[in-house]
Amino acid sequence: MNTHAIETNELRKVFGEKAAVKGLTLQVKQGEVFGFLGPNGAGKTTSIKMLLGLVAPTSGSASLLGAPVGNRAALTHMGFLPEHFRFQDWLTAQEFLELHGRLYGMNQLDINARIDELLERVGLSDFRNKFLRTFSKGMLQRIGLAQAILNHPRLVFLDEPTSGLDPVGRRLVRDIIHELRADGTSVFLNSHLLSEIEVTCDRVAFIRHGEVVRVMELSTLNAGQISVSIRAGNLSPQAANGLSQWGTDIQVNDGQVTMSLSNELVMPEITRYLVAQGAEVFALTPTHLSLEEIFIETVGKDGGL
Amino acid sequence: MKNIFTLAQMTFREAIRRRIVLTGLLLGICFLITYSIGFHYIYTSVRAAETSLQNSSQPKAVVRIADTEGVNTLLLAGLYAVTFLSIAMAALLAADTLAGEINSGTIQTIVTKPIRRMDVVFGKWFGFASLLLLYFLLMAGGTVLSIWIQTGYAPNHLITGLGLIYFEAILVMTISMACSSAFSALATGGIVFGLYGLGFIGGWIEQFGAMLQNQTAIKVGIIASLIIPSESLWKRAAFEMQTPLAGVLGMSPFSTVSVPSPLMIGYTVLYLLVMLTVAIRVFEKRDI
Repeated sequence: MNTHAIETNELRKVFGEKAAVKGLTLQVKQGEVFGFLGPNGAGKTTSIKMLLGLVAPTSGSASLLGAPVGNRAALTHMGFLPEHFRFQDWLTAQEFLELHGRLYGMNQLDINARIDELLERVGLSDFRNKFLRTFSKGMLQRIGLAQAILNHPRLVFLDEPTSGLDPVGRRLVRDIIHELRADGTSVFLNSHLLSEIEVTCDRVAFIRHGEVVRVMELSTLNAGQISVSIRAGNLSPQAANGLSQWGTDIQVNDGQVTMSLSNELVMPEITRYLVAQGAEVFALTPTHLSLEEIFIETVGKDGGL
Repeated sequence: MKNIFTLAQMTFREAIRRRIVLTGLLLGICFLITYSIGFHYIYTSVRAAETSLQNSSQPKAVVRIADTEGVNTLLLAGLYAVTFLSIAMAALLAADTLAGEINSGTIQTIVTKPIRRMDVVFGKWFGFASLLLLYFLLMAGGTVLSIWIQTGYAPNHLITGLGLIYFEAILVMTISMACSSAFSALATGGIVFGLYGLGFIGGWIEQFGAMLQNQTAIKVGIIASLIIPSESLWKRAAFEMQTPLAGVLGMSPFSTVSVPSPLMIGYTVLYLLVMLTVAIRVFEKRDI
């Protein structure tokens, strides 16, 4: 029994001379919310498109819900909200969801019940019979999200699901993602909004130049790596150099030291060391690294360009 | 099968919602009114001339033949215009369909559903085919009916003739879909009308070649009709519906001297199937 919702092996896509995705290998567990992060042009959307069978990989393989890409039985249990959510704008909200429900292979009774429920959920009940061409960007994203979860999917791909939304709408998307997770649905979330990723995702993968450069559990974000700033007088250069045994990225600036630690438990030890070296320690302040700092650190300040 | 029906229905509804059906209907009715009025006055003048003929020493049979030939020519002229309009409708309907939806991205949420990409092509194809049938029935039916009401004349082999013209529209629609699976809507329109123009001029070269018995001209025409066999369907349709005398004389612009054989019609069917296969294959392989 395959326990992974998504499993890819060296997925690669070359457009002409340029490799958009160099070799994507990752696993997404069943029921987890997986964040897919990377700078613009890192190959995120191309990767999602390969997983959904929209783009054929140049090489490599992938399985979704235990079946190869494009398997129709697996697609019955999947949902997708594309990045550029453009829909059949000559349909009303109700007709749009009906059409997609039929394409999912749902029966009319289920479709009707689900439409009532979802229009209410995404706040569009009053717009049921309005044409999509009259919808704002945010409303289209909401109806697109309803379309993506119409079939009670076991795996949902959301490509920048909040790009057109105001704070209320973003909150709604976050809540829906939490509900999906509670139902055991796996969510593959592609977003630039790290603050959102931070509160919704279980794990994230950082992708750069079409390769996964790092995968991390977000639950370790708070327990794990921290940045500490030390204010001390009379700190000799030798003593500052000696700090490298506990951490990395040491920067000394006029009695002020900042460094990264993998674990805050070593802080008392550092204090004892500095005192033994004759430094006058005024303060040792730990700050947890935000996802944004980790992002910059992982993909580089140039954004991988 | 259910998916194909759903998608055909969607295609049909899109055409209604985007007012394609409405504009086609209104302009079609304008065409029919103009044609009917024009025919009425021409026919009245012809009738007046005939009355003076009847008073002369001409035998009655000659007068009746002249009458039938005139009406038949005017009917075929009307149907020729209807053919062109149906083809334009066919090319334009299908040109934007795959290309446009790939470009805008609306296709992304469709093809990621548990359906085959082939179903999308078939669904749209059936949707367009039924739209074209309605349009063609209105236009061709209206033209034939107008003449019948005014004169009581109906051509020979009417169903076969109209069937062939409708098939020509379906052929052009299929070519347009095949191009649209690979190229932009604008390029598709350019290619389809370019091909139609080639078939059109080829058909006339073959016609004049046959009249003048110039074998080279006939060959040029045949090669053109192998590249794009649309015009040969019209020629076969006109051959079916023309009067026997016009066929023998070959003098009227809408009668056919060089008649496409049943083999050519078979070739056309094969051509359509190849185009449909191309549309499916290209669309299946394409990155969206």
